[in-house]
Amino acid sequence: MMNQEIKTTPTVKNGGRLFRNDVIFIVALLLVVSALGLCFYFFRGEGDKVVVTVDGKEFGTYSLAEDVKVEIRTGAQNEEVNVLVIRDGLAYMETATCPDGICADHKPISREGESIVCLPHKVVITVYATEEEDAPDIVV
Amino acid sequence: MRPTTKKIAVLGLCTAVALILAYVESMLPPLFHAVPGIKIGLPNIIIVFVLYRFGLKEAATVSLIRMLAVSFMFGNMMALVYSLAGAFLSMFVMVILKKLNFLSVVGVSVAGGVFHNVGQILTAMLLLGTAELGYYLIVLTVTGTVSGIFVGLCGAIVEKRIPKKMI
Ligand SMILES: [Zn+2]
Repeated sequence: MMNQEIKTTPTVKNGGRLFRNDVIFIVALLLVVSALGLCFYFFRGEGDKVVVTVDGKEFGTYSLAEDVKVEIRTGAQNEEVNVLVIRDGLAYMETATCPDGICADHKPISREGESIVCLPHKVVITVYATEEEDAPDIVV
Repeated sequence: MRPTTKKIAVLGLCTAVALILAYVESMLPPLFHAVPGIKIGLPNIIIVFVLYRFGLKEAATVSLIRMLAVSFMFGNMMALVYSLAGAFLSMFVMVILKKLNFLSVVGVSVAGGVFHNVGQILTAMLLLGTAELGYYLIVLTVTGTVSGIFVGLCGAIVEKRIPKKMI
């Protein structure tokens, strides 16, 4: 059996050196992993399709991979128009007849969960990622 | 009693305790069920203890038998793959840090806990081909650090309290 000297808990005798090393190590570890995680965050959530809903009902689903222009007509006489454009993997509202025009000013979206909302026309455009297999239930 | 026989008996006992701790942990209320993989890792107290009292071979053996037993009892082969990957990386990192001898058992245990999660996530990313799991990394590193400190302190106490003559 090995009976080498064992470093266990930090003691007063060693002047807290081990403890300080541990703290430095843990902080460094957290920083490195956080940086890694942030990198992943930017890769994460790149969606591949947008779903358009009007007044909560699905209007259509469009792939972000194909450039397309969609007229979303709403209102009693189809007089309200939002034009959704997908180009280069980005979705944005090109024009809209709504009074506030907020939706048309919205920056292009492409990340999972991002959305453009046109409140006056009750139009919502949301980016989704095609469902992958569920994350594995990681068991230790 | 010859040392080898005694050692086998002691390591068997350690494995049994690790299994019991795994069972006890499974009975605890899930603290954060939103994120899978968050666990205290109570059995790791035994692994850390064996690593410091005996060495790499013994700790790896106890760890392996424990995981095989758990997966046979609960019949989840997929989980076994993740566990093995996590445990392998964890053990690898712990042994290197222990050899380098600049950390206490707490620091080594924290590294073990964190890299256990890193190994599992990397495996999941390889098998599922998705980078989306990457954001688990931050969460699991923070929780792995907290549980690693706890496990390390417990392992150190156990190491101190159990006389070397006895085991
Ligand atoms: Zn609008």
